[in-house]
Amino acid sequence: MSDLILTPNIDTPDDFYAVLLAAHEGLGKDESDALNARLVLVLANHIGDRSILSQALKAAALKQE
Amino acid sequence: MSKIFEVPLYAYERSPDQDAPAPVRHKVIVVGAGPIGLAAAIDLAQQGVEVVVLDDNDKVSFGSRAVCYAKRPLEILDRLGCGQPMVDKGVEWNIGKVFFNDRQVYEFNLLPEEGHQRPAFINLQQYYFEEYLVNRVRELQAEGAPIEIRGRNKVEAIGTHPDHVKVEVDTPEGAYTVEADWLIACDGAGSPIRSMLGLDFVGRVFEDNFLIADVIMEADFPTERWFWFDPPFNRGQSALLHKQPDNVWRIDLQLGWDIDKEREKRPENVIPRLKAMLGEDVQFELEWVSIYTFQCRRMEKFRHGRVIFAGDAAHQVSPFGARGANSGLQDTDNLCWKLKLVLDGKAPESLLDSYDYERIHGADENILNSTRSTDFITPKSDMSRILRDAVLDLSEHYEFARPLVNSGRLSVPCTYDGSPLNSADALDGPERTRPGSPCPDAPLEDGFLLPRLGGKFTLLTIDADAPDVIEEDGIEVTRLALSVKDDPTQELKRRYLGEAESAVYLIRPDQHVAARSPSFDEQSIRHAIRRATGKEHANV
Repeated sequence: MSDLILTPNIDTPDDFYAVLLAAHEGLGKDESDALNARLVLVLANHIGDRSILSQALKAAALKQE
Repeated sequence: MSKIFEVPLYAYERSPDQDAPAPVRHKVIVVGAGPIGLAAAIDLAQQGVEVVVLDDNDKVSFGSRAVCYAKRPLEILDRLGCGQPMVDKGVEWNIGKVFFNDRQVYEFNLLPEEGHQRPAFINLQQYYFEEYLVNRVRELQAEGAPIEIRGRNKVEAIGTHPDHVKVEVDTPEGAYTVEADWLIACDGAGSPIRSMLGLDFVGRVFEDNFLIADVIMEADFPTERWFWFDPPFNRGQSALLHKQPDNVWRIDLQLGWDIDKEREKRPENVIPRLKAMLGEDVQFELEWVSIYTFQCRRMEKFRHGRVIFAGDAAHQVSPFGARGANSGLQDTDNLCWKLKLVLDGKAPESLLDSYDYERIHGADENILNSTRSTDFITPKSDMSRILRDAVLDLSEHYEFARPLVNSGRLSVPCTYDGSPLNSADALDGPERTRPGSPCPDAPLEDGFLLPRLGGKFTLLTIDADAPDVIEEDGIEVTRLALSVKDDPTQELKRRYLGEAESAVYLIRPDQHVAARSPSFDEQSIRHAIRRATGKEHANV
């Protein structure tokens, strides 16, 4: 079973963060929520591996094991 | 012209039981002449078991009701002698279209697997199905089979005893008492028998209302399943359009829970909804309108001593996925051979507890699937709606999101994994034919596999030696010897051998696999037969 990566893994993190904010710029709350939901689904499909997805859900919930 | 559901098909007739000095004892009483009750009665009568069906009505059901029949139930109906008229009359479909808001987001083709005698699905009004079952009962009666339907015989009270059931029946000519060794309650979702015994449903409850309409129209909509999420003509809800025979179209409009049913059912409220859906110019005639309320739940146990529940009386699901009538037919398919063996003294009464185990497993699978569909179709929170809409929006553009769209996961038979009747899997064969699985059909040189299995214990050998008949403690098992040489499409090999060179399958009368191994070993087959008939409880 592979492990979810929880150490820095994105090149140029500031650039990525700026792009993420930019994607939401000018959107209302509903549109932003919808964009986030679509983004989660697109990324989840790319990962595919159910065990990684389970670990990601746990990590995002900020609950310590 | 009078419609089939307007004519009494099993009119009340006085039975000699009503004039008997003491209650007459029958082998089996089935309560309810709906599809499941009739299927149970036909199955038993075909096996020579004397059976009386009591029904408070005398006609087939009004309106289309259960409309979608899957392959496995059609195969079961073949065994009961009614599969062909169903397929001849029914409408086959493969294309489904999914709409979201005001647009089509994608279409799919079910692409049914090749090499099966029966189609993946047909659509057919329930009243035709019931008519074919009644015709089959009449045919069996003409052949002298011990089967009887008593119309307008309403069960008023029931008394349970260790070795029989006593039933008080009301008729147009007064009440009488009758008895049976066993009673099968197929009296529907509102089962009066269940209430009389003080039993109720347990589990998750989900409630919703659907406006169901049968509409006769000469429209050129193709033979496809159309499903709408949140359409302009039914905001915040869903809608479904299905074609049936005779230019009858079935429309299901979700209405939500908190509605005024009587008001919604009035034609002046229904017709504008349908016009908004079908287009202002489409000419149609309303044949039937009903409001359907469902709950997803099941009884804790289906067997209560000598009273056994089947179909909607035992479990209810949402309509998404066509899992109601389809699973009810699998109930009686599972039950009737077991009951026959118990009645003949060839198996212990405890064999019937495996009906509970296996069909509760089936009901739970159906409830899980239909609850998940319901959760997708009717999001319960803001975030579940946001995620649902995200899936639908993505599905229009990207293939990956389409498997996440859930407008009903269509009924497939369940595999009885972990059943006490299964023997350990001794073959390194395909997963789909592991012990507990329903046998998949396969084309043979001459016809198809499933009709060759029939409704008795069979030892299917593929390129393996075995005796032609084995008898173990009253259970006769007949060999069906096949070879990959008789396998023109190689489907038999793919479905039953996989990488194995040869195989021996012990197949139950309901065409589920009980045991399998690469070659015949007398001791283990005898053990498997005992196990499949409830006589062995320990593992090998």
